[in-house]
Amino acid sequence: MQNKGITIKELTVNMGPQHPATHGVLRLVLELEGEIIKKCIPHIGYLHRGIEKLSEDLTYVQSLPLTDRVDYLSSMVNNEGFCVAIEKLMGIEVPERAKFIRTMMAEMARICSHLVWIATHALDIGAMTVFLYAMRDREELLEMFEMVTGARLTVSYPRVGGVRCDVNNRFLDKLYNFIEKFPKKVEEYETLIDRNRVWLKRTKGVGVITAQEAINWGLTGPTLRGSGVYYDVRKFFPYDAYDKVDFEVPVGKNGDVYDRYRCRMLEFRQSARIIKQCIEKLPEGPILADNALRIRMPESPLKIDKKDIIFEIYIEDKQIQEFIQKFTEVYASVEAPRGELGFYIICDDSSKPYRMRVRAPSFVHAGVLPKLCEGSLVADVIANIGSIDIVLGECDR
Amino acid sequence: MNPAEIVKKIRERFPKEVLWFVCFRDECSIVVTKEKIKEILRYLKNTPGLEFDYLVDLTAVDYLGFREPRFDVVYHLMSIKHRHRIRVKAQVPEHGCCIDSVTDLWATANWFERECFDMFGIHFKGHPDLRRILMPEDWKGFPLRKDYPVKSDLGDKEWETYKELKESAKAWKENAE
Repeated sequence: MQNKGITIKELTVNMGPQHPATHGVLRLVLELEGEIIKKCIPHIGYLHRGIEKLSEDLTYVQSLPLTDRVDYLSSMVNNEGFCVAIEKLMGIEVPERAKFIRTMMAEMARICSHLVWIATHALDIGAMTVFLYAMRDREELLEMFEMVTGARLTVSYPRVGGVRCDVNNRFLDKLYNFIEKFPKKVEEYETLIDRNRVWLKRTKGVGVITAQEAINWGLTGPTLRGSGVYYDVRKFFPYDAYDKVDFEVPVGKNGDVYDRYRCRMLEFRQSARIIKQCIEKLPEGPILADNALRIRMPESPLKIDKKDIIFEIYIEDKQIQEFIQKFTEVYASVEAPRGELGFYIICDDSSKPYRMRVRAPSFVHAGVLPKLCEGSLVADVIANIGSIDIVLGECDR
Repeated sequence: MNPAEIVKKIRERFPKEVLWFVCFRDECSIVVTKEKIKEILRYLKNTPGLEFDYLVDLTAVDYLGFREPRFDVVYHLMSIKHRHRIRVKAQVPEHGCCIDSVTDLWATANWFERECFDMFGIHFKGHPDLRRILMPEDWKGFPLRKDYPVKSDLGDKEWETYKELKESAKAWKENAE
């Protein structure tokens, strides 16, 4: 190609897997023409640990700590998703108090995860101060996690049928104080970037995806809502105590990086609102259901009432009925900070899951990168990766 | 629309293809033959009243030793407009392990199908770019199949790239000495 006497050649650039702006081990092969991206090919799998295969060799209780490692920035929500799925399978009714504690903890995890997101996303685009502010506030939350669960990141706190231990008043007071002040802190982050000209130039109109395309690409969470689609698992298929608390789901309009950013900033406030209500409404009572799975689980199968299985067979095959009653399956999803995190569990007559499938939002979101990046500038790749908020541990499982 | 009505609608349209359906905890799964899977899914996506515009998940399950045909390809569908879900399962045998790709119905199926191919070795006819996604490209075997061991001494079956790496490390060490 000729351009005022300068010859421009196509250039292939390898971005990652060790690149600070890819938020983990994501490798992008970019075919460039000047500064325009002609083609973008993501390569994933560097963090593949075979969680789905491993869980087939572990009992249900042993699989729980594995789910911590799926998305290590919001392990609480992962545990919750797994527990919700097993509870649905066994038909366990979780006590009210445990439901509220879980909801509260899940929202804390959401704030934590979004704080890491705003920190790294702003850092990538060039706003260093936000990183320091966000990490400071995240530290407080992690300390509170430690108070209750004994761990900062991989908590393994929810249990099938409830939670591991009760929360005390000292923790609740500390959390309440934090949450009271938190919306002010979100405003603080916003004063740094919301009307910053560099920020607006880098995010407005970048990485646009329309509502219809977003649905077709299977996006979920704030990434989908930035395009103006109202879909939130917490509202559509409520689990735990989400039907007992009052909150709104922020929805964007243009589907660009800026709208996705706005959605998450508004979610901070909604999460704070949910936590506040949970503390105020927290009922007394047990924290573990009577028929919950115990930690020292004997090698016995799950108790599932086979009478709940309704089926109709339209072919003549006598073995099919046995087959249907042997393999019980369930799909349950929760709204993780990144989107819909689904657990599809097939249970047979043994103490181990026959198949555990993790539907990871990051996996789907990483797949949409070529669509967002092709035709845009190299610098926009960084903004796009930040705005879809992927965690590679969850992407590769 | 409740699951039973959806099943009824599909059965009216595709009487031969639907083999059985199971309802458990308000979740419905329909088991169908693989031949017309794309038409069934297109019908589910485009029919007014159903409008399953959102492919939540696509995966496979291996029922080795429990059933013939061996695999199930599982589609989880949801409609954002009507807020209902359904699970469609298509049976795929071990020999001629292939099924039609649905990438032109839902773009998200692209990576899901690649993962499914990577883990189970199921071929998706009409997929634009069917390569391994999570495992290395020169990997042998399909990890999520039931006859693939969780733990084993691989011996000669060690991953080629790793063998090469070990040999080059050994050579480097000998050189250094």
